[in-house]
Amino acid sequence: MKSTDVLFAGFGGHGMLMAGKLLAQSMIKQGRQVSWLPAYGAEMRGGTANVTVCISDGEVMSPYIERPNALVVMNTPSLKKFGPKVKPGGLILLNTTLIKEPFERLDCPVIELPASQIAMDMGNARATNLILLGAYAGITQIATCEEITEVIQETFTRKPKFIALNVSAFVAGWKEGVRLREEHNIDVALTEEDEDELNSLVALSN
Amino acid sequence: MRKIFSHTEGMITEPMHYCPGCTHGIIHRLVAETLIELDIRERAVGISPVGCSVFTYKYFRCDMFQASHGRAPAVATGAKRCRPELIVFCYQGDGDLAAIGTSEIIHAANRGEKITCIFVNNAIYGMTGGQMAPTTIPGQRTSTTPGGRNVADDGFPLKMSEILAQLQTPGYVARVSMHSPAEIIRAKQIVKKAFEYQVRNTCFSFVEFLSTCPTNWGLSPVESLNWMKNNMLPYYPLGEHKVPEPGKGGTE
Amino acid sequence: MAKILMKGNEAIGEAAIKAGCLHFFGYPITPQNELPEYLSKRLPQVGGRYIQTESEVATSNMIFGAAGVGVRVMTSSSSPGISLMSEGLSYLAGADLPVVIVNMMRAGPGLAGILPAQSDYAHATRGTAHGDFHLLVLAPSSVQEAVDLTMLSFELAEKYRMPVMLLGDGMIGQMMEPVSFPETEVGPPMQADDWALTGCRGREPRLVSSLFLDPVELNAKNHERFARYAVVAQNETRYETFNCDEPYDILITAFGVMSRVCKSAIVALKEQGVHVGMFRPITVQPFPSAALSEAIGKARRVLDVEMNMGQMLVDVQLAAKGRVEVDFLGKCGGLTPSIEDVVEAVYDSLTKAEGGG
Repeated sequence: MKSTDVLFAGFGGHGMLMAGKLLAQSMIKQGRQVSWLPAYGAEMRGGTANVTVCISDGEVMSPYIERPNALVVMNTPSLKKFGPKVKPGGLILLNTTLIKEPFERLDCPVIELPASQIAMDMGNARATNLILLGAYAGITQIATCEEITEVIQETFTRKPKFIALNVSAFVAGWKEGVRLREEHNIDVALTEEDEDELNSLVALSN
Repeated sequence: MRKIFSHTEGMITEPMHYCPGCTHGIIHRLVAETLIELDIRERAVGISPVGCSVFTYKYFRCDMFQASHGRAPAVATGAKRCRPELIVFCYQGDGDLAAIGTSEIIHAANRGEKITCIFVNNAIYGMTGGQMAPTTIPGQRTSTTPGGRNVADDGFPLKMSEILAQLQTPGYVARVSMHSPAEIIRAKQIVKKAFEYQVRNTCFSFVEFLSTCPTNWGLSPVESLNWMKNNMLPYYPLGEHKVPEPGKGGTE
Repeated sequence: MAKILMKGNEAIGEAAIKAGCLHFFGYPITPQNELPEYLSKRLPQVGGRYIQTESEVATSNMIFGAAGVGVRVMTSSSSPGISLMSEGLSYLAGADLPVVIVNMMRAGPGLAGILPAQSDYAHATRGTAHGDFHLLVLAPSSVQEAVDLTMLSFELAEKYRMPVMLLGDGMIGQMMEPVSFPETEVGPPMQADDWALTGCRGREPRLVSSLFLDPVELNAKNHERFARYAVVAQNETRYETFNCDEPYDILITAFGVMSRVCKSAIVALKEQGVHVGMFRPITVQPFPSAALSEAIGKARRVLDVEMNMGQMLVDVQLAAKGRVEVDFLGKCGGLTPSIEDVVEAVYDSLTKAEGGG
């Protein structure tokens, strides 16, 4: 059985819960099982907010993961909290616009992307979450660009003015992800045929 | 010979458990007559409280709930909201409605529940043996205010009709007394009016009855009526404290 | 039917509608607010009513009134709110009224915390309120199971005329998972024609009451109710076992979402050559004692894992009947024992088992 999990972490309002939801939706489209488990502080805005998305070809067992396979992280407090917990051989994707301090792990790739800057250059810093989601998907090839684009369009049906921005941010992130995948020598594509290899990449050994 | 008075079909004939001189029996009858006169007995659901009138369900000849202490308006809300075709009424004493159930009555009134609440205020806890009620008159002796109600410690009696009357939500709120036949006739008219507001789905309706407790007041039935008249009426003014304004609220 | 990604709280709300429940009374409290919010939007669309109450005390009495007039009704709350409902729950049980109550447990005691916990197992299964009565308590471990058990709750409540509680933790409520809703035909509430207060036209007046001042009558009433509970225990006890087909050294007991953390731990342990089974009660009241006792019979030691200080532990110890030791791993306050914690605790239990206890 193939499975993985990813933690999207930031502050409330960063849209990390939404990024996780879009990923979860696209996994359902692929016929996989998912869980989306949020954790946040008492504040409605500005407190810590993160979500763990578990993905499996079979039953999702624990939705509660303390040591995730991958971490997509928006800001320094979240990185300090979760960066050391990523499993060896996992993946860490940093938003270096907000995370200025260096972070090093020798046992898993730490991939840097100025996601907020890219979003601001596109005209709206609030799309940073979509840049990061695109980059994560581009790096791992967990879904196709089209699959997630379709989910974004479906999710924002009632707010059509957000569709264009979100899709273009996602695609921009995806392109960065594909580039980063090569740069970090993550040369295994996540396709249906290659899933075992993907698992050896993203999933974790003990 | 012409029959001018008889048992009402709105009540069963079982002898009541109330103490001699207590006016609960008369109040029951006024409500029961109203159920018959408005032809609503067969779609009525009454709610009996905790206190002296806990056995109310034994006397009304209609479907009845027995509720927990003070919660009759909440039970009534549940019943009426789910079956609006029913005529739902609460029958509560002063401990039940004005102490432990203050929250439920205020919020039911404020939501404008289309229910009718009969509130019997005799300024004392009867069933538990004559303790101070939230409506006990200043200076009144009870088993827990042996020196008389001291407003410095216990505050002033709650005037529930006045409290409910100031809510912005449309409603019908009136206070009546049982101290004379004339007042009883007047009370009957008001009870009927209260139920009519519910029948027409107009508004929440509330009738406060000033009543007696000869047993716990330590007075004879006649002395009790006089005591009520002389001590309660000045504090609790009778009359309609609130009527729904035409064209405002309700569906009348 | 296509699966929809839904939060547990919202999915339970939709499941209630699918089960024919059109009436909801509730008071806001974290972490279950999405459930009343969802129903406040959905119920009017399907001809139902949503009422926001002034307190959980009032809520529990409003559902008493609603159930008493023979409609299908539900409320939801979280730990401190359920404490306030205790009064109404006792009266509901005493008057044999069918209702469904959802408890999305948070950390306790007192106001404590808003994060997920399993702090109310004892309250739900034993000390719910004054008097001799039980709730029927179902503990889902996934959003889909929460949907299925919500629908079952209404059926069981009406069949056995008793309040049924869906006991979730904050995780079940806040988590999104793909769900599908069974399309089943539901009729009006079962048997309500025989007792509901609908106005006495054409029949004798009825009474819905929990007051029985005659001791002989009350004694008989409670014996009748407990005879019914025995039938419930006989017919409705539900549980899940995991990895119990092969021989195991350690048996883990857990309920709700906690059991899924344990499953992940068991898979990891299996790769390390350690054989661990798991037993998960789905009905925590009635508790599946006989089946658990049998499963414990095949283990050298038991490890009970909960998000509290050891509440189900007592039931597990009773089922163990002194044959083997029961170890306990618990975190509370909003913390959850992790997969790694469970793995470590299993190794501890193994060491103790090998050391003779």
